[in-house]
Amino acid sequence: MAVCIAVIAKENYPLYIRSTPTESELKFHYMVHTSLDVVDEKISAMGKALVDQRELYLGLLYPTEDYKVYGYVTNSKVKFVMVVDSSNTALRDNEIRSMFRKLHNSYTDVMCNPFYNPGDRIQSRAFDTMVTSMMIQVC
Amino acid sequence: MSPTQWDFPVELCCRPMAFVTLTGLDVVYNAVHRAVWDAFCANRRADRVPISFKVLPGDHEYPKCRSKRTSYEWYIPKGVLKTGWMNKHLNLVPALVVVFYELDWDEPQWKEKQSECATRVEIVRQSLQGRNTKVAVVLIQKKTPLPPGEDVIASERAAALCNVCELSGKSLFVLPHTDHLVGYIIRLENAFYEHAQTYYYTEIRRVKSHKEFLNKTTHQLLFVRHQFKIAFFSELKQDTQNALKNYRIAYNLVHELRAHETNILEIKTMAGFINYKICRLCFQHNTPLDAIAQFRKHIDLCKKKIGSAELAFEHAAWMAKQFQAFGDLFDEAIKLGLTAIQTQNPGFYYQQAAYYAQERKQHAKALCNHDAAVMYPNPDPLETQSGVLDFYGQRPWRQGILSFDLSDPEKEKAGILAIQLKERSVVHSEIIIALLSNAVAQFKKYKCPRMKSHLMVQMGEEYYYAKDYTKALKLLDYVMCDYRSEAWWTLLTSILTTALKCSYLMAQLKDYITYSLELLGRASTLKDEQKSRIEKNLMNVLMNESPDPEPDCDVLAVKTAQKLWADRVSLAGSNVFQIGVQDFVPFVQCKAKFHAPSFHVDVPVEFDVFLKADCPHPIRFSKLCVSFNNQVYNQFCVLEEASKASEVLENLTQGKMCLVPGKTRKLSFKFVAKTEDVGKKIEITSVDLFLGSESGRCVVLSWQGGGGDAASSQEALQAARSFKRRPKLAEDEIHWDSVIIQASTMIISRVPNISVHLRHEPPALMNEMYCLVVTVQSHEKSPIRDVKLTAGLKPGQDANLTQKTHVTLHGAELCDESYPALLTDIPVGDLHPGEQLEKTVYVRCGTVGSRMFLVYVSYLINTTVEGKEIICKCHKDDTVTIETVFPFDVAVRFVSTKFEHLERVYADIPFLLMTDVLSASPWALTIVSSELQLAPSMTAMDHLESQIDKVVLQTGESASECFCLRCPSAGNIEGGVATGHYIISWKRASVVESIPAVSTVITLPHVIAENIPLHVNADLPSFGRVRESLPVRYHLQNKTDLVQDVEISVEPSDAFMFSGLKQIRLRILPGTKQEMLYNFYPLMAGYQQLPSLNINLLRFPNFTNQLLRRFIPTSIFVKPQGRLLEDTSIAAA
Repeated sequence: MAVCIAVIAKENYPLYIRSTPTESELKFHYMVHTSLDVVDEKISAMGKALVDQRELYLGLLYPTEDYKVYGYVTNSKVKFVMVVDSSNTALRDNEIRSMFRKLHNSYTDVMCNPFYNPGDRIQSRAFDTMVTSMMIQVC
Repeated sequence: MSPTQWDFPVELCCRPMAFVTLTGLDVVYNAVHRAVWDAFCANRRADRVPISFKVLPGDHEYPKCRSKRTSYEWYIPKGVLKTGWMNKHLNLVPALVVVFYELDWDEPQWKEKQSECATRVEIVRQSLQGRNTKVAVVLIQKKTPLPPGEDVIASERAAALCNVCELSGKSLFVLPHTDHLVGYIIRLENAFYEHAQTYYYTEIRRVKSHKEFLNKTTHQLLFVRHQFKIAFFSELKQDTQNALKNYRIAYNLVHELRAHETNILEIKTMAGFINYKICRLCFQHNTPLDAIAQFRKHIDLCKKKIGSAELAFEHAAWMAKQFQAFGDLFDEAIKLGLTAIQTQNPGFYYQQAAYYAQERKQHAKALCNHDAAVMYPNPDPLETQSGVLDFYGQRPWRQGILSFDLSDPEKEKAGILAIQLKERSVVHSEIIIALLSNAVAQFKKYKCPRMKSHLMVQMGEEYYYAKDYTKALKLLDYVMCDYRSEAWWTLLTSILTTALKCSYLMAQLKDYITYSLELLGRASTLKDEQKSRIEKNLMNVLMNESPDPEPDCDVLAVKTAQKLWADRVSLAGSNVFQIGVQDFVPFVQCKAKFHAPSFHVDVPVEFDVFLKADCPHPIRFSKLCVSFNNQVYNQFCVLEEASKASEVLENLTQGKMCLVPGKTRKLSFKFVAKTEDVGKKIEITSVDLFLGSESGRCVVLSWQGGGGDAASSQEALQAARSFKRRPKLAEDEIHWDSVIIQASTMIISRVPNISVHLRHEPPALMNEMYCLVVTVQSHEKSPIRDVKLTAGLKPGQDANLTQKTHVTLHGAELCDESYPALLTDIPVGDLHPGEQLEKTVYVRCGTVGSRMFLVYVSYLINTTVEGKEIICKCHKDDTVTIETVFPFDVAVRFVSTKFEHLERVYADIPFLLMTDVLSASPWALTIVSSELQLAPSMTAMDHLESQIDKVVLQTGESASECFCLRCPSAGNIEGGVATGHYIISWKRASVVESIPAVSTVITLPHVIAENIPLHVNADLPSFGRVRESLPVRYHLQNKTDLVQDVEISVEPSDAFMFSGLKQIRLRILPGTKQEMLYNFYPLMAGYQQLPSLNINLLRFPNFTNQLLRRFIPTSIFVKPQGRLLEDTSIAAA
């Protein structure tokens, strides 16, 4: 499953970032931040090509030696980034998509909370629980 | 083993080219030979065949070929590939040896020369004994050869030479030394190339023929070796497709080898070499995806082949080299035209190479850190007899040993120790920084700014580990703004922490202070204990002491730094540091706010400065200064407290010079604005907060404008979006987000305490002297002086209105166009409290329409603000809208003496001019007089006197006049005759007598005047009586210069009997009159139609009878017959 999940605001600052508790937490932050280069490029390409806006999944952003970074962007330009261990070959593209959709639904619930101020860091127990479930190792 | 141990060998990286040796050329002393050699070397472009040429002496000793092996049954290979094999076939063993010899076909001593040439060829063959290298002969001749077949001697001698030298005809060439040398050289090259290809083809077949002798059990290494040789020879042959195919086979064979800790390095080395060849050829074939796929396969197969744990750094170094080499190949392919994209570019491979280089450094640090007592092994196990390894990838101390069991454990241990001690001298940081720098260049090229910033951070960190703190600080400081602007605080905190260490170790005071300020701020994600330590260090620095070392710093560097800090304390240089806040996020936030967007000049200007500290512990500041665009006000906005050092530690949470974390400190300031600043804006240009003291060190935090740092705009935007209910704070506490910066205010004039009233009777009549009464009353408590009045047309309106509006204070005189539209600064003296004055203003409006009329009153008054007396200038204005209307309308008509409408008049015939003055004014108008001024072309029939003077017209009333005029004959005038002007003097009936009357001039319309050739008028009594003779005399006058023939006839009327000429034809001379006399005898009483006179002018047919009859009466009143008259008639009878 995922080793790092992040929600990035429209202005490209992190609303939520969670990674497995290791000493290299900073590495995942850098990985997510640098992946925004590719996200921005894909978004601008979508704008130019007038691609169907319903396609939110950006696919594999770029591979590193040990991890794969996937992206997803909502209609309001909020980005989701998911980092998966490269050795986890059991994960397929469809599973990544469904994880993103699940993440998107949970984010929508956060936005529907009348006490949540859009643009603030996400502090939601339900959201945390959902993210935790996606970070548990299946093995 | 050299530090570049992991570099690919030169012979692997170069592009293999056919190796051809040239002998018999004296390039030093023979000019002809020099020219030949230059032609071979110069201009080797891509269109020339890929050959590597070398000039060698004819008796050069080539490497000896070992005896041919007839069987591999008992042969056990000692390794995969010899280290000298590629170089041998690239640079030592030629595919072709060319013997150059000067010999013309017509040589007189042919026999001797032929024999000498054969001897040279034999010498070359002896040197190449056992090789398949081909030999060729090139004859350098002075003459251009004749076409084939024509030179019989040449054919015969060529055949003889080939026979003596044992050459085939294809191996003998002629090179004429002419002006077209290069052309011949190129043709020679192509021939040599064909020979070389044949040679390499033969070599490939020779290697392939050995395969049948190999078996899988003992000759696994030979399978790889032979496959590699076939591929390499294919490359030399320039058959890259077959080369690629065979390299792929070789690669698979390498990974089929049994791997063990003792031979894992050789396997990885060969795999790396072959992978390099495959990727290079894929790029060459323009199939980059194949290259990438091959490289991924290579990495996946080799990344787990670590080998000995004691030499784990070797694996990391090897992996780094693989990625770097692939990045170089990728970059080279891009330079040759390949297009890369953002997510697949050489930068990723350089980046990964840097990561493995970092891993190598970590392993080396863990494994190679031996005690100083450990000596380098003697003898050196890394040395070999020849100085180089026999086979690629083998250990020097057990070359050729293929057994997986260590035959000599002690030697193995010594070898490992030697490698470890050698690794310690490697400068890993240089390698890492170079790789990261390459990656940065690539990511910059492919528009990955965040990746570029990240790699620059890593470069900075690597410089830090290399103790080059200056470069580390420069790089880190450069990229901080990227993470600030996008609010990635975790990353920024990490960078700041490293930067703080660098600045500490270099004792860079300003940088140290700046990074401390930010690490204590709200953007920092450090824990409170860390922040406390930093705050304590910052306080020490501000007290001119040395800070404690940062954790995890190098011990030696710390000692050096402590000495540097001690030197800083004793320096006499400047200890004040000015730090601009707009580019980073310090732990103090500032917002300055004027209480109002504008202030009256008699009200003190008040504003607040809000400060909020985010550090863990309270902090004191020594001074606060606010600067304005008008520097005169700066002195009023300084907050300074001279406190003793002993008091610093006391009452930390009290006093306004102290900032408590999390609480908003509000500091209020007040000053009186200057009167000359009325109408101007006062702006806060900067807020300076002083931390520390002059005696120690002082840091000045400087906010531009009203405050705000790198993160403030985003926070303000977020706060504006927020609909959260703010928590209820204590009464004296302020919520930070509710404060909005107000950095400027406008100084406006004092509120006037007077009343201004305008009294007038609208609407105004055009051109009249319109009267407005201005009443000014003072409500001030003290006398006002220098009261001035400005009255007139409000500026900014239609320019035409300005030219048609005139204002005066004197109503007795009539305004003309020299009077201005606005009277400015009319002095009216002083006013005491409650006093009132009136001023009458007269306005003359020259056009109808709407006007904005302004009355502006200004005065000076002494007032006291904050105990200070100032002179205030106040003003108040009032505006009214004046509508202007026409006073009356004048209609002018021309009628005949019978009051019939005339469209034209006739010369010398009287007509009537009638004027109607219709009042349009809502007020009663008094017409003082009227006057008719006739043009010279008009004359009056009687006196022209005003018939309507002193007439008062109410609204809607009309006054009429009637004038009898005549137009003398003036020739034929086109466009009509000017009549003149009608002047009316008038004024309102209600105005005082002293107001002069207004004269309105109306231009009378032109009238068309015509000349009539015949004037006709009649003399007759005013009435008639029944049965009484009525004499009628008709006068006809010829007005032309010609004789006029006139036909006259009289038509009878039922009411009359008449005597006279009924029909007559007259001839009237020019200028003369003709009279006709008739007696009309009335028969009936009443208004009766006279007998009509018909006149026909033969010369002027256009003059109709009806026109001429207009000038004579057509009817007359007949009285009835009286009795006395009847008696008289009877008596007469």
